[in-house]
Amino acid sequence: MSERKGFFTDTSVCIGCKACEVACKEWNQVPADPQGLTGNSYDNSGELGANRWRHVAFIEQKVSVGVEEAPPESFAREAARQSLVSDGLDPHEDADGFRWLMSSDVCKHCTEAGCLDACPTGALFRTEFGTVVVQPDICNGCGYCVVSCPFGVIDQREGDGRVWKCTMCYDRLKDDMEPACAQACPTDSIQFGDLDELRERAARRVERLHERGREEARLYGDSEDDGVGGFGAFFLLLDEPETYRLPPDPVVPTRRTPEVWAAALGAAAVLAGGVAASFLRGRR
Amino acid sequence: MNPKGGEASMVPRERPTTYYGRPIVKRPVWKPEIPLYFFFGGLAGASANLATAATFAGRPRLARRAWAGAFVGVTVSPVLLIRDLGRPKRFLYMLRVIKITSPMSLGAWILAANGGATTLAAGLNLLAPRRRAGLPEIGAALVGAPLATYTAALITNSAIPAWSEARLEMPFVFASSAAASAAGAALLTVPGEETEPARALGIAAVVVEEAASRIMLKRLGPLASAYEEDEAGKADKVARALSAAGAVALVAGGKRGSDGSRGARRARGRRAAKHPAAPGGDPARRAITAAGGALLLAGAVCKRWAVFKAGFASAADPDQTIDLQRDRMAAERRPGA
Amino acid sequence: MGSNMAEAHPVGFQWVVEARERGAKVIHVDPRFTRTSALADLHVPIRAGSDIAFLGGIVNYILENGREFREYVQAYTNARTIISDDFRDTEDLDGIFSGLDREGRKYERESWQYKGMDVGASAGEREYGEAEGEQAHGAHGGELEQGEPPREDETLQDPRCVFQLLKKHYARYTPEMVERICGVPRAQFLDVAEALCANSGRERTSAFCYAVGWTQHTVGVQYIRTAAIVQLLLGNIGRPGGGIMALRGHASIQGSTDIPTLFNILPGYLPMPHAHEETGLDVYVERNAPPTGFWGNTRAYMVSLLKAWWGTAAQYENDFCFDYLPRIDKDHSHYRTVADMEDNKLRGYFVMGENPAVGSANSKLQRLALAKLQWLVVRDLDEIETASFWHDAPEIETGELVTEDIATEVFLMPAASHTEKDGSFTNTQRLLQWHHKAVEPEGDCRSELWFMYHLGRRIRERLASSERERDRPILDLTWDYPTVGPTEEPDAEAVLAEIGGFDAECEPLADYLPLRDDGSTTCGCWIYAGCYADGVNQTARRKPGREQSWVAPEWAWAWPMNRRILYNRASADPEGRPWSERKKYVWWDAAAGEWTGEDVPDFTPDKAPDYVPPEDATAQQALRGDEPFIMQGDGRAWLFAPSGVVDGPLPTHYEPAESPFENPLYGQRANPVREEYRRRDNPLNPTGREAGSDAYPFVVTTYRLTEHHTAGGMSRTLPFLAELQPEFFCEVSPELARERGLEHGGWATIVSARTAIEARVMVTERMKPLRVDGRVVHQVGLPYHWGNRGISTGDSANDLFPFALDPNVHIQEVKAATCDVRPGRRPRGPELPEFVRNYREQAG
Repeated sequence: MSERKGFFTDTSVCIGCKACEVACKEWNQVPADPQGLTGNSYDNSGELGANRWRHVAFIEQKVSVGVEEAPPESFAREAARQSLVSDGLDPHEDADGFRWLMSSDVCKHCTEAGCLDACPTGALFRTEFGTVVVQPDICNGCGYCVVSCPFGVIDQREGDGRVWKCTMCYDRLKDDMEPACAQACPTDSIQFGDLDELRERAARRVERLHERGREEARLYGDSEDDGVGGFGAFFLLLDEPETYRLPPDPVVPTRRTPEVWAAALGAAAVLAGGVAASFLRGRR
Repeated sequence: MNPKGGEASMVPRERPTTYYGRPIVKRPVWKPEIPLYFFFGGLAGASANLATAATFAGRPRLARRAWAGAFVGVTVSPVLLIRDLGRPKRFLYMLRVIKITSPMSLGAWILAANGGATTLAAGLNLLAPRRRAGLPEIGAALVGAPLATYTAALITNSAIPAWSEARLEMPFVFASSAAASAAGAALLTVPGEETEPARALGIAAVVVEEAASRIMLKRLGPLASAYEEDEAGKADKVARALSAAGAVALVAGGKRGSDGSRGARRARGRRAAKHPAAPGGDPARRAITAAGGALLLAGAVCKRWAVFKAGFASAADPDQTIDLQRDRMAAERRPGA
Repeated sequence: MGSNMAEAHPVGFQWVVEARERGAKVIHVDPRFTRTSALADLHVPIRAGSDIAFLGGIVNYILENGREFREYVQAYTNARTIISDDFRDTEDLDGIFSGLDREGRKYERESWQYKGMDVGASAGEREYGEAEGEQAHGAHGGELEQGEPPREDETLQDPRCVFQLLKKHYARYTPEMVERICGVPRAQFLDVAEALCANSGRERTSAFCYAVGWTQHTVGVQYIRTAAIVQLLLGNIGRPGGGIMALRGHASIQGSTDIPTLFNILPGYLPMPHAHEETGLDVYVERNAPPTGFWGNTRAYMVSLLKAWWGTAAQYENDFCFDYLPRIDKDHSHYRTVADMEDNKLRGYFVMGENPAVGSANSKLQRLALAKLQWLVVRDLDEIETASFWHDAPEIETGELVTEDIATEVFLMPAASHTEKDGSFTNTQRLLQWHHKAVEPEGDCRSELWFMYHLGRRIRERLASSERERDRPILDLTWDYPTVGPTEEPDAEAVLAEIGGFDAECEPLADYLPLRDDGSTTCGCWIYAGCYADGVNQTARRKPGREQSWVAPEWAWAWPMNRRILYNRASADPEGRPWSERKKYVWWDAAAGEWTGEDVPDFTPDKAPDYVPPEDATAQQALRGDEPFIMQGDGRAWLFAPSGVVDGPLPTHYEPAESPFENPLYGQRANPVREEYRRRDNPLNPTGREAGSDAYPFVVTTYRLTEHHTAGGMSRTLPFLAELQPEFFCEVSPELARERGLEHGGWATIVSARTAIEARVMVTERMKPLRVDGRVVHQVGLPYHWGNRGISTGDSANDLFPFALDPNVHIQEVKAATCDVRPGRRPRGPELPEFVRNYREQAG
């Protein structure tokens, strides 16, 4: 087995160009899926799904004008302060605390993958790169993986019936090429590599951002202690996960499977017992 | 920081906003066949148990009707399941692997095993009405009970909050609903003198189902709204009304009648058996009982529909996902804080 | 400034992100908060069309506070040069310079010259009549003896020296004035000015990036001139990390000015000869070649070009076929041509790689004009709006065009895309990068090269037996490129080799220095000489950066001579030592007696810093060893431009042709020599204090989105791109939305005197109303990608804009105009022109 591969998506340098979305569709021949103008900032593609394996989120945020919150090194701090004391005509006061977050979402390729655990056909499997991939020639479209993903990633394709999601460009990895999205990303917001190395790089990165006063930077999905045993594709975020449509504390359903089975078997026993008991009265 | 860390954001807020209100988890892609399957699977599993018990208890009519119910259940179930598949021709791929982590995988095997056993048992009972319970019957009953409850495991072993968080109670709701279905189906056709176990089962099932549901909703806390509002809420109200009415009908239909026990049946002799239209000698009570059985069946269908739609409602609401996880994070942090 | 780099140039923007990660501060001055602002340390919202005031404010800040890089300014710019006593500044004439001919809407530039120069023989004479300013690219400096201006003051104290004139000129551009004109609070402005100054000097450098947000104005050239002044004062030119980056609009727009698609220049910025006056090569050279600086070799560049084109036919005796060159007699730029087209003065038209029916200002007039042609050839990937106007232009719906009445014969030729052909792109950094064909073009799709070559071949076949003199230029052309494959695709490398040039032995040239005026050398573009050195396609080199020095000279090839930074002699002090260890780049190695460093020195390699030209020196040898700006006749960078710019030697803030404001600086509101087409089909909105200007109270600006490409011909037809920006929208602030009742996601109608268009409404905090000249002004943002064809369709933003042009380069002002916005969809059919007419009438 090769080294486990992964993505580190550093949203602090994402410019929202959507090259990842397009490159992914081009390479993987994912169909277009027009949603019309959503009015949700520059996001007109909604979310990950069967027809979208990379998705760029756009979040326009007015943040407090309070000088304390502004990153100390930025000119915005001084500008904001001076604006506040200026003659009051200033329409920029709240613009100084404005930010536009962009983030490219993707399948997390979880260590404990809900979709993989749920799949009754074996269509989903773990590759030699540690990624989770659907085999389209096996999938029978039962849809169980869809409700088993804590991130709402995998979905059934209309008219096709099977489920689809990011393969981390399994075909490219086999040929020693990086995934299409990572290659297309102009600012290296999407980084591909050995997961261990990416985690170290990400830790250094977040440390560096903190040193520069960007306290809001935090890693998401880098720890193996989380509810899915760590993400194969993790993120550096600048706000809480839910702002980006990411669950704050995802837990793979399989963690509860023992309880689930215990309850189901218990209930089955009660059912059997209850049925039997209903005949007891008659015997009396 | 990992997702559990929950460090303070740059701008403190009560709760972070969602992404344009978009759901975090995907809604199920399942069609109405699936809740119907939950119903028929429950009917099949519970009926197999009822039939086997009736066989043991020497109530062949009840047994035969119950086997018929079980057979209908296990026959309709795979049809429904296959119709729901995105690629129906690949239904056999369900048996490519066996996975303990996947209730759907184990369920497929359970359904297959139960289907085989039930078909065999039902056939044998049809051929030999007075047959004593054997391996097929016991087998059908043994996998029949999990067939009725694994579907609860199927949905609660998911990422949908209102389903997943009901994982301890949902199997009991399903089990009691399945029992009510089996009883209801039996009571539709079974002559009076053998109905009493089914009647009792039906009444008890409704009581247990209501209790289990209430416990479930209480424990779900805010997530319960998925079951209480909109389509799921309406279906649940209808389900409860139907079931309650069914139970009342069963009670009414059973009053003043004979207890239907083996002794009483013997005492009445063969005459009653020849005139099943007049169980206990009272066609009205027989009709009320049959109506009660029908109400129970309808209630069970509605209940599954309610549960099914509650999953959609829960998936569609990102706050359910977020609140559940945030509350859990807060609870986990509190002891350390 | 003037650029939304992250969105329009995302691939280049990676280096901005990289620089920021290494500690650079990124400041984005732009009317809108864009994806560029999102990655910047600071976004400064500015009123569209006021950048000269902002930059002028920085010039003033530098000069008032003594923040200039004094040694650099003294040694390397014309700050010390004394200007003619006849010169009058805008300070003296309330917003105009001396020499204005108001009738002719042009400046006589004699009074702008260096004092003591023979005015009669000045650079001004090199530009003529209506074609003046065409030579902006080809304006190569005043005529100086030995490269030294006649009168100088090294102390920079003389009130008529450039430095003092500059100081006086910009004294009005105070922070308060910047706030009043641009809507930028003075505190924020000062922050930017101080940050820029603090990050310039010996140890540090700063760079400007601009794009069409600066060029598409009636004073566009002057925007860039102002930035040049700022950068020169701060010593940020010719040094690593400095410069002014012109971000071009397409993959090879730089290439299309180097090897021009423009009417007024020849390859390598040689001016196009003018009819009547430039009767022969000698006259041409005399008029266009200053004796000093590298343009002193103009004759060698021209003769080598003529030899490349006409080969053996080009001989000394026939002026090397100089008379074969076409001549210009007036403005033949895009907008002039379209106006002539509408006036029935034009019969045929080729459109290649352009979609003027969507992409050009007043695109309605563009479409109407196309219908007046006899024939039209469009080469594109799809049937773009320019090709389909005759059956589905919006004017068909309004009744202004009737298909049956349009006699234009349209030839739509399918084009190969860049992946289907070999060729080079020349980028912003003058880097030629070769791209190889990945797949064969499908069906009848062919490359531009194929089309032009075979068109020429067929014309030559038709003329083969012609005895007529006028056909000689075509028949004598060296039209002999080898072709490959069944489609007979010309070998693009053969074209590159021809451009790269050959010496007398037919060996590829290594650079332009060996070019001779005796016909022994050939070169298709002198600045590209050496791109095929050693018979190797230098532009196809792809040695990874990590395997070579940080300047990466072996990645592709940069003109001229593979230099990565122009004028890099300025990275060393006059004595040839690096200004600082941190910023060392090119320096004088006294022991070896040559210039050396990280890059190819942009200087005569063995010219010592203390070199003083002998009396009889010409061309580059007439420049001293401490004069880095070797293309200028005086070897210095021009803070004050005595020639080459037709609308003033110093940039001055003028209001856009259409703006809701008067000019707070001067009585002169807008550029006095801007080109406005005042015609029935190009009405202008009332502006400033004019009656009716309140009918069009808002500032409107256009821009691009990452998801689409310019006029959309390459992107609106692609499902993966169309779905990402599916509809035309307008961006407005919540305040404007409230004021006009606009609903997020609903429709708005945007109105100008030309027409009205509709767009979906995007209400966003990214748009901020500004307080300008004592009142609040709203700005409306319009991406201009849409037209009526493709998967993603919508009205064309450019329909709203007038023919109002920069006089130097005839570029349209679409980055600032005025408009009105109202909720709901626009009228349809014949009601639309009626609606617009009513608006105009109400405005008066």
